[in-house]
Amino acid sequence: MGKTESSLSNMALTLITITLLTGAALGYVYKLTEKPVAIAKEKKQQEAIRLVVPEFDNNPAQEMYLIPTSDGDSLKVFPAKKEGKKVGCAIESISHNGFGGDVKIMVGILPDGTIYNYQVLEHKETPGLGTKMTTWFKPSEEDNVSKASGNAFFNWLFGISNNSGGGNTSIVGVDPTKTKLEVSADGGDIDAITAATISSRAFLEAVRKAWYAYTEIVDTHSSATTKEKNSQEGGMQ
Amino acid sequence: MNQWSNFTKGFFKENPVFVMLLGMCPTLGVTSSAINGLGMGLATTFVLVMSNIVVALVKDFIPEKVRIPSFIVIIASFVTIVEMVMQAWLPALFEALGLFIPLIVVNCIVLGRAEAFASKNSVGSSIIDGLGMGLGFSLALTILGTTRELLGSGKAFGLPIFSESYGMLVFVLAPGAFIALGYLIALINKIRRAG
Amino acid sequence: MTYFIIIISAIFVNNIVLSQFLGICPFLGVSKKISTGLGMTGAVTFVMVIATIVTYFIQKLILVPFGITFLQTISFILVIAALVQLVEIVLKKVSPPLYQALGVFLPLITTNCAILGVAIMTVNRDFNLLEAVVFSASSAIGFGLALVTFAGIREQLELVEIPKGMQGAPIALLVAGILAMAFMGFAGMV
Repeated sequence: MGKTESSLSNMALTLITITLLTGAALGYVYKLTEKPVAIAKEKKQQEAIRLVVPEFDNNPAQEMYLIPTSDGDSLKVFPAKKEGKKVGCAIESISHNGFGGDVKIMVGILPDGTIYNYQVLEHKETPGLGTKMTTWFKPSEEDNVSKASGNAFFNWLFGISNNSGGGNTSIVGVDPTKTKLEVSADGGDIDAITAATISSRAFLEAVRKAWYAYTEIVDTHSSATTKEKNSQEGGMQ
Repeated sequence: MNQWSNFTKGFFKENPVFVMLLGMCPTLGVTSSAINGLGMGLATTFVLVMSNIVVALVKDFIPEKVRIPSFIVIIASFVTIVEMVMQAWLPALFEALGLFIPLIVVNCIVLGRAEAFASKNSVGSSIIDGLGMGLGFSLALTILGTTRELLGSGKAFGLPIFSESYGMLVFVLAPGAFIALGYLIALINKIRRAG
Repeated sequence: MTYFIIIISAIFVNNIVLSQFLGICPFLGVSKKISTGLGMTGAVTFVMVIATIVTYFIQKLILVPFGITFLQTISFILVIAALVQLVEIVLKKVSPPLYQALGVFLPLITTNCAILGVAIMTVNRDFNLLEAVVFSASSAIGFGLALVTFAGIREQLELVEIPKGMQGAPIALLVAGILAMAFMGFAGMV
């Protein structure tokens, strides 16, 4: 083979040429993908916001602001408005006490303080157990499938019934002033995921943090304050 | 060499995973579902084919002693390209595969083929070799991913096959990766011996 | 994060071999004897800590300030490859006995994905320098723990009769699976 000789200058030259060429090629691809990467990230955030609050026509990401929590995190708040009127806000919240690490969620809260929906953004929980949090805390008609079985025929065949234990697992539509957002084992009102209490605790902690952050917003923004106070009192009676 | 056998050797006779036991880290790490296995396999195939092409093209210009570093730079740049492209257009897969995308660089299959095949053969046969090996790797990962997903959660490619409550969770978790691959290799050994 | 949690997490809970699937090739390849397992562990620990420190500075002083983090993979792997060569040369000159013990394993380390994996994980988790050193050292210890335990089991396996189809890789993988199951018992500790 007509290989180039392994002299020092040849070796250095080859390596430098290759490095320069690949560096240039990578720089080009980076410029090419830079925008789509940013768009993909923004789209994912938009999608999560869209799923947890009612229909809106503003750009919540542009009006985003940060709220510090008592334990040193700061949560992102995305206000959703339709025709200038507030229809709810999406709050990105986090718990550091998951089974496998951090649990990051997006919670949508309506102006009256009830939880509209949630979306799990990031977690490292055990597959098949803690991962059920993506649907477990939603109303049962949506997730009967994942709670019992994926297939109606097999449900019938093996006699699996579609009840979720008759328990109280949904946080959707819940008013946190009236419902204690803790797992029932800790004296709360929400049933934990079977065999994944730690994951459930972490999830509910993240929801609570989002809600506390929310109550702080309404305290400073007068419009909803009085209403909020009333409902809080109502909850205590 | 016969080009057809050059292409098909990666599928069974010299399957990188089941027979040559190469690239074990991504094989075990990403196959908790069939789709992740397939995605990883195709990403590796791309890197394998592209690096094989470039190595076959420049092989005569590279001095013997800096061969390996040069190959590593070439492979690493294609891995980075895959990383950026995937992040832009397939963000969900990018997150699922995570750390294992940059780690394609140290996948012994890629460097192994560059060193053992592409640095000695023409561009044409190097492409076929890369494609065959890559698809063989994808096949192995998809089989392992499907096995684990089916046994672990009763699904295949995300479609429910049987009740999730009958799934053996351990197959989705780390130990199941080792155990499933162990039995698959035993099975392949048996077929090979019979054949 | 406290150092104690980093150490326990890296050695037991998120063991790089048995739960992160990094460094499987040497784990299966050089685990027939405890003594070679120990040698490999020594070499990996050595290179992993140095590589993590060097890549840490590359990330903080070059890649981030110049906005070229997309060159991360390529620069890290080059640094690791060069470092392995360097360690080999220096070791040969400075400490021949140590070179004799670790020498054979050094060339294998460039393609050990645990080294690159730990370097990237360190950057991803935003550790400071001391945390990075602690993390890489405990990861290497975790690697060694898994490797030496596994080698010990395989030495015993030599003495038993294994069905023909299961000999070699299949039985090794099954043992690794059971070992991984044992390590799962540490989950939830941190």
